[in-house]
Amino acid sequence: MACNSSACQSNCYRNQHDEHTIEQDSPPSSRPDTPAAMEARRVITKDDNSNTNLCFKCKSKERMSTSGVGDDGRFCSDCFRSNLFAKFRQAVTSNAMISPSDKVLVAFSGGPCSRVALQFVHEMQVKAHNNFEASRDRSLQVFGVGVAYINETAACSIPSDEIDKTVQTIQSVVSSLCQPRKNLHIVQIESVYSSNLNDGREKLKKLLDAVNDVTGKEDLISYLRMLSLQKIAAENGYNRLLVGTCTSRIACHVISSTVKGQGYSLPGDVQYIDARWEVPVVLPLLDCLAQELNMLCCVDGLKTVELTKKSSSGINDLVSSFVALLQVENPSRESTIVRTAGKLTPFNFSRIPDLNESNNVPLATKRRQQRNNFKHVNSLSSESFCAVCNGPLNTSDVLTRHAGSSILGACCSSCQFQILPKDSSSQELFLSLLPPSMVARATHGSLGNSNSLRKKIQEFLLSDDEAES
Amino acid sequence: MEEAAPKPKRAVSSLCCLCNNRKAALKRPKTLQQICRECFYEVFEEEIHQVIVKNQLFRPGERIAVGASGGKDSTVLAYVLSELNQRHNYGLDLFLLSVDEGITGYRDDSLETVKRNEIQYGLPLQIVSYKDLYGWTMDEIVKMIGLKNNCTFCGVFRRQALDRGAALLKVDKLATGHNADDMAETVLLNILRGDIARLSRCTAIITGEDGPIPRCKPFKYTYEKEIVMYAYFKKLDYFSTECIYSPNAYRGFAREFIKDLERIRPRAILDIIKSGEDFRISTSTKMPEQGTCERCGYISSQKWCKACVLLEGLNRGLPKLGIGRSRGLDSEGKRETIGSNNVHTRSIESKQCGSLDF
Repeated sequence: MACNSSACQSNCYRNQHDEHTIEQDSPPSSRPDTPAAMEARRVITKDDNSNTNLCFKCKSKERMSTSGVGDDGRFCSDCFRSNLFAKFRQAVTSNAMISPSDKVLVAFSGGPCSRVALQFVHEMQVKAHNNFEASRDRSLQVFGVGVAYINETAACSIPSDEIDKTVQTIQSVVSSLCQPRKNLHIVQIESVYSSNLNDGREKLKKLLDAVNDVTGKEDLISYLRMLSLQKIAAENGYNRLLVGTCTSRIACHVISSTVKGQGYSLPGDVQYIDARWEVPVVLPLLDCLAQELNMLCCVDGLKTVELTKKSSSGINDLVSSFVALLQVENPSRESTIVRTAGKLTPFNFSRIPDLNESNNVPLATKRRQQRNNFKHVNSLSSESFCAVCNGPLNTSDVLTRHAGSSILGACCSSCQFQILPKDSSSQELFLSLLPPSMVARATHGSLGNSNSLRKKIQEFLLSDDEAES
Repeated sequence: MEEAAPKPKRAVSSLCCLCNNRKAALKRPKTLQQICRECFYEVFEEEIHQVIVKNQLFRPGERIAVGASGGKDSTVLAYVLSELNQRHNYGLDLFLLSVDEGITGYRDDSLETVKRNEIQYGLPLQIVSYKDLYGWTMDEIVKMIGLKNNCTFCGVFRRQALDRGAALLKVDKLATGHNADDMAETVLLNILRGDIARLSRCTAIITGEDGPIPRCKPFKYTYEKEIVMYAYFKKLDYFSTECIYSPNAYRGFAREFIKDLERIRPRAILDIIKSGEDFRISTSTKMPEQGTCERCGYISSQKWCKACVLLEGLNRGLPKLGIGRSRGLDSEGKRETIGSNNVHTRSIESKQCGSLDF
């Protein structure tokens, strides 16, 4: 809306035109500049304004005062919250992530994404618990929830007061959640080795020192973190590991995996479910942007704590700032990136295993799965995995690899480059420093590899003897 | 390991790490090895030779056109191909093929370079011009439609002009100067755009095998910096001005990102290409059925080919006709959506048309 004054010098063509027609229609005295007309106009604009302040969805409450990202600015805080929770619940139910008999371990770093994940899981559990209390025969089971925090002091130097503060906050957050009670597991990252922490810490230090590449070290720590979480889950009888990975994180992961040459294994990392681990990992916040989750923490006053991150000169940080730049240019860029990666052909492990066999799965979920045309593959995945990053290995890469060296043969080319030492003597040292679960994967992997490869070329082999090749 | 490789000071006296004989003269961008000039020439040419042999880009006796813009990529390509052709007895008949878009102050100068190259390398040159093919020069088109979207016209017309020029020369294949940086950028852009179909085929080294004239990219794994270095040391005669209608086309987000990556880890460019090749994409995405244009007979998935639609718009004084729909012929996917992106002052992609290194 531009000006009403006829003295306007700017190019408000429409207004000039309007005035012109009005002038033609009516005598000059009743031009729209009369007080009545002005008043009417003012009412309209006022009305417009108040409309724009109302929530886009419920149209009854005020919009959030913060300037929102994308659609968020148009919601009131209640609708914003329910919208986010709906995305979470949709992901949980349509992928059968949590069933009543499950015991879920929530990986909680203290940051906003995992904080929201914890909150939503808690809300779901409270609801299930209420149903349980209300039901007469108490037949409705309630899934169990535990929380895990990995203390990474041994992997990267963190000031002790900071880590103390973080641990305190995490304890207070978990204890402040109402019934049902949640167990909190705070575990050192060096626990991946054994129960003897001192020994483990030494080994971990040496292992990380053997990695020269900045990005490689960062990635190795994240692989070790996953191993620790798996260990906690397995030792305490959890059967799901829930992580707060959001759209923005996955978008960065898509780009950085591409940059690291991990295009083949990428589809395994971008689905709602990652069941290649002993305890399947679920990602219910895959459809939520980091900005949204941040905002929810602000709006709801959810307490978060994050260690001050040193900026590194590695690839991961470069990719994050690149994606952030793109997101500013186009607010849907992160979602587009994630959707592109989602279109890549997923692996067999991107679903909860033996869903149809198990009797615990509610019928409704089974039906939903059938409706969604989930392919049910009975055969076990023939995939073999990288010993270090656990990414599926590309068979064409495996073929060109030297079968003799145990660790080299069991790693993807990306880990070979950015994590493994180059010369064979340090490789052996490196192998001896790896946590037992990775070593197990290496030995199992290389065996599985050559067997499955052999099966593929079986018809062309003239003798059964391996030795001559 | 090479990440942020701490190479303190240039050890002036160090020997080439390949021949251990001559003094190292340069740090190879791809590997950061310190090598001498002679070894650089050798590894540079040998790598391209291996790519050609491994991917069977050429067959003996074939007639090959080199898309020549006068820019660094195509000049080095023409030079290296003619060298390798002699050295390894490919048995190829090489030609230079240039497109004259009719851009005063840019293409006329670069064409002079190509004409000198014709004599320097002894390769016959064919020039096809927009004026002859379409009756319009880019100067005239820009005068009519302005600086917005003009890259769309140029890109669509060039693609067809190259095919027509190749047909005039009766060549079997067209070699273009796309380098590894270009490939990596295309992979990233297709991810950013969500174009899964193009993502699946953008890393192919030979494209358009079902079309009239297949195209190949012998520089698929060759770093831009090494091409520049090669041209510099060999003192090759090339033209390095940007297109006047798309200045700063090089300053795209994606391009800058790739340059930053290369600084941290030179191998990243090759890794992006590898990722692009390894992506698991089901091949069920249907390709548009290929027919011929009812007007000019060029391959087209629609009734009329894109060039004819654009041309019709120009001739009828409706230049907006045909702009905005980006489904079409281009199998590389890079040049087509240019028009819409060109509106932003700083877009995510670079090299919207830049030079003629198709």
